[in-house]
Amino acid sequence: MIVAERKPIEEIIEEAKGFDRILVAGCNECVTVCEAGGKKEVGVLASALRMYFMNQGREVKVDEVTLERQCDHEYLEEIRNIIDNYDAVISLACGVGVQFMAEKYFHKPILPGVNTVFMGATEERGVWSERCQGCGKCILAKTGGICPVSRCAKRLFNGPCGGSSQGKCEISDELPCAWQLIVDRLKELGRLDEYEEIMPIKDWSTDRAGGPRKVVREDVRQ
Amino acid sequence: MRLRYPGSIRIVRVPCTGKVDIIHILRAFEKGADGVYVVGCMEGDCRFNRGNLRARKRVEEARRILEIIGIEGDRVRMFNLSSGEGPKFAQYAVEMTEKIQSLGPNPIRAKARRKAA
Repeated sequence: MIVAERKPIEEIIEEAKGFDRILVAGCNECVTVCEAGGKKEVGVLASALRMYFMNQGREVKVDEVTLERQCDHEYLEEIRNIIDNYDAVISLACGVGVQFMAEKYFHKPILPGVNTVFMGATEERGVWSERCQGCGKCILAKTGGICPVSRCAKRLFNGPCGGSSQGKCEISDELPCAWQLIVDRLKELGRLDEYEEIMPIKDWSTDRAGGPRKVVREDVRQ
Repeated sequence: MRLRYPGSIRIVRVPCTGKVDIIHILRAFEKGADGVYVVGCMEGDCRFNRGNLRARKRVEEARRILEIIGIEGDRVRMFNLSSGEGPKFAQYAVEMTEKIQSLGPNPIRAKARRKAA
């Protein structure tokens, strides 16, 4: 899923203080799972904003809505009838949702309520860590299911660097060396011979380096 | 025991303090409460293992949010006692009431009232 972090309330207040009618819009997908922008977080932020403005002696309308997704036309359409009741929307969706909403409602200021950080997994409640960078050419089949692009600080492809020490990366004692994990897993799978194969230079044109990307599938396109 | 505690307190019963969420505390303030305190079982004695520990974290988070928006964080607090400690329940009620009285009314309620007048 896409992992996001709640923005500091002070920062949101600073962005939103010029408006009199605000809609706080959550998203029921990834940001709900990582507890940054679901219905609950919408409730807390909206309540905090209402109280902040009341305390400032201002009458600001702050309403709440949580959409199934903010990265699909059909769900974003659900607020078409009400969006003109507001001067701005604070979207607690990831950066994708914020932008898609801004594209759809071109004349409405859409403010981000979270910082989108990475694609990752829930290690345990309250702990999320990165697993994928969307490089566009998955090599997990060759690396024991552990990604050196997202999990090795140097994105190395042919074994660890000299900074790997006792299974940890040199940038942090808490960060496992991705290549240590890969070797350990390949050993467990009895496929250590794959580690010996030299991996060719990676084609990074499918990564962000090639500019913004797009996927078009003619077989499902309407 | 026929203990007395301040009549200004309204009790909201929950099955476990682990049920109390940040939004419940914030809504109470939004609706005009001057203070909110959560009374849970002794730490380590939760029937549901970690309910009161979760509640404490949420109380802390609510406190942090209130401070940011300009409401004194001391208006929200967590207490722990066992079910047999009636006198302590009354004592905490007095303690909290005195604290809130020293802080005065909920600032947002005061402002809303001034506006209405």
